[in-house]
Amino acid sequence: MDAYLSRPGSAAPLLEIRGLVKHFPLTAPIGAKRPVVRAVDGIDFRVFAGETLGVVGESGCGKSTTARLLMNLISPTAGEIIFDGFQVGSSQMPMKTFRRQVQMVFQDSYASLNPRLTIEDSVAFGPQVHGTPAREALARAHDLLARVGLEPGRFAGRYPHELSGGQRQRVNIARALALQPRVVILDEAVSALDKSVEAQVLNLLLDLKAEFGLTYIFISHDLHVVRYVSDRVMVMYLGEVVEVGPAEQLFESPRHPYTQALTQSMPSMDPDHRTEHVPLAGDPPNPIDPPTGCRFHPRCPQAAPVCSQKAPSLAGPHPADAVSCLMHAPGSGHPLAAVTANGTRS
Amino acid sequence: MAITMTSSTLSPTAVERSQGYWTGAARKLLRDPVAVGSGLIVLTLLILAVFGPWLAPADPYASSMLGRLKPIGSPNYVLGSDELGRDMLSRLIVGARLSLFMGLTPVLLAFVIGMSLGLLAGYAGGWINSAIMRTVDVLYAFPSVLLAIALSGALGAGIFNALLSLTIVFTPPIVRVAESVTTQVRGRDFVEAARASGANALTIVRVHVLGNVLGPIFVYATSLIAVSMILASGLSFLGLGVRPPEPEWGLMLNTLRTAIYTQPWVAALPGAMIFITSIAFNLLSDSLRSAMDVKN
Repeated sequence: MDAYLSRPGSAAPLLEIRGLVKHFPLTAPIGAKRPVVRAVDGIDFRVFAGETLGVVGESGCGKSTTARLLMNLISPTAGEIIFDGFQVGSSQMPMKTFRRQVQMVFQDSYASLNPRLTIEDSVAFGPQVHGTPAREALARAHDLLARVGLEPGRFAGRYPHELSGGQRQRVNIARALALQPRVVILDEAVSALDKSVEAQVLNLLLDLKAEFGLTYIFISHDLHVVRYVSDRVMVMYLGEVVEVGPAEQLFESPRHPYTQALTQSMPSMDPDHRTEHVPLAGDPPNPIDPPTGCRFHPRCPQAAPVCSQKAPSLAGPHPADAVSCLMHAPGSGHPLAAVTANGTRS
Repeated sequence: MAITMTSSTLSPTAVERSQGYWTGAARKLLRDPVAVGSGLIVLTLLILAVFGPWLAPADPYASSMLGRLKPIGSPNYVLGSDELGRDMLSRLIVGARLSLFMGLTPVLLAFVIGMSLGLLAGYAGGWINSAIMRTVDVLYAFPSVLLAIALSGALGAGIFNALLSLTIVFTPPIVRVAESVTTQVRGRDFVEAARASGANALTIVRVHVLGNVLGPIFVYATSLIAVSMILASGLSFLGLGVRPPEPEWGLMLNTLRTAIYTQPWVAALPGAMIFITSIAFNLLSDSLRSAMDVKN
């Protein structure tokens, strides 16, 4: 836990995201105001070197959009990304340099490999784009395939359809590592795999992280897996960050009602503790027309009248450990919140 | 902390190769009797087209007032003679060159132009896509035969103008096919991954898109060859393409049409050649489609 705090001289985050917004415009009749899907609606977060940041949330909460924004596969409506102290896109950190520092492993192991290329060519493609001679790129590809557990002599010349799902995902990991990135975004990278294969790939990811000193952004809907791999966890709801904190703390004593509902919905490993009751009813509201005030208030068991009027902001002891809930904002007017900043309760 | 490569060598390991997509498709094609049969016909026609003048038993231009409209099987005229007494067999053999040239060239040109435009429209998307596709839609609205005749008529008779108008006729459907498959491939994760690696659009299209769209576009283009053969012959028949006395099947059909009551079998021969050629190309294209439809 808190690996980022123990690293000397690493007070500055490796990756800092400020006010990231992505609105997808919808089509509308000419003259009418075009509605927008607020997929990501102003998020701030930090990723520290060497940590694994888990990102959780329901489908449609903006997890994958955030990943694609970080990769600059789609351009943000607003916001900035600071990598290693430099703003991405500036002269000190041009896009091409940033690209090789941050790589991604996709969920669908088959769709993310070109069916017409052998896996060695798929892995060697990135380095070749960045000017590595073909022969050297191929040698590096073979090296990486060996490191992810695919013996190059047997596998390098194969096509994706000749591999199993787990093997293909190993290829995708090798491909992501081929550019020698510092950050790897794992977007549901193990979700489509069988449980036994998933465990193997997860352990491989942890080994590679230690070996190469990588930083992971681990996006998943599987809370058990997130808890297993993450140092810190960020919870997203309807395009916003509602809570972020150290993994153990977040799972043991969640502060935001949504995080509480999520952790309660985790199936317990102990059959005696399994609960039948549904902690959270209904679907997330429409991201085209999100609720006023706190976006979670229509589903929140602790909602007070103030919640529909006032939007909370992410606040806490540290930007890396914060919650966005009026109950935790002193003086917010919520009955459960402290009245003033010094912590007295009404 | 970058990933350091501790490989003992900088050269790639020897690797077992599996059979690639194109090899697999070719092997499948060779096991298909229809493909082999139609392929042999196409091959024969190509040989005739290339070596026709040396294979023909007689001069295809030499006319004879006494040997006009001989029936099939006459001495010196194995397949009879036409209205000017020219040997039909020789004219059919030599005519393969112009007929195939007129049929294949427009499809080949339309394939190159159509695929480029379709790739551009499909990969770029946005207003570029709209501009290209709406322009194509305008041409697409006309029936192909009508468009070919109208363009040829407007441009004037001649081989070049006939080729040009046929190319214009066949480009729009190829653009549509190319655009739709490119749009599909573009949305796949491996293209995203390639973009994430920092590759520029041209490299991505060359390495990742082209290989995945070439198959369907190629198959579609081969299915147009038969139509193109018939349209090209049709233009020649109407006097808009090849000029007499050049041997070309469509033109031969035209000049022999007055003889349909005296020598119906001889008059039908160029039509039979057009028929066989288009059937062969059609069957080959069907086989290509099933051979290349690899369910991975």
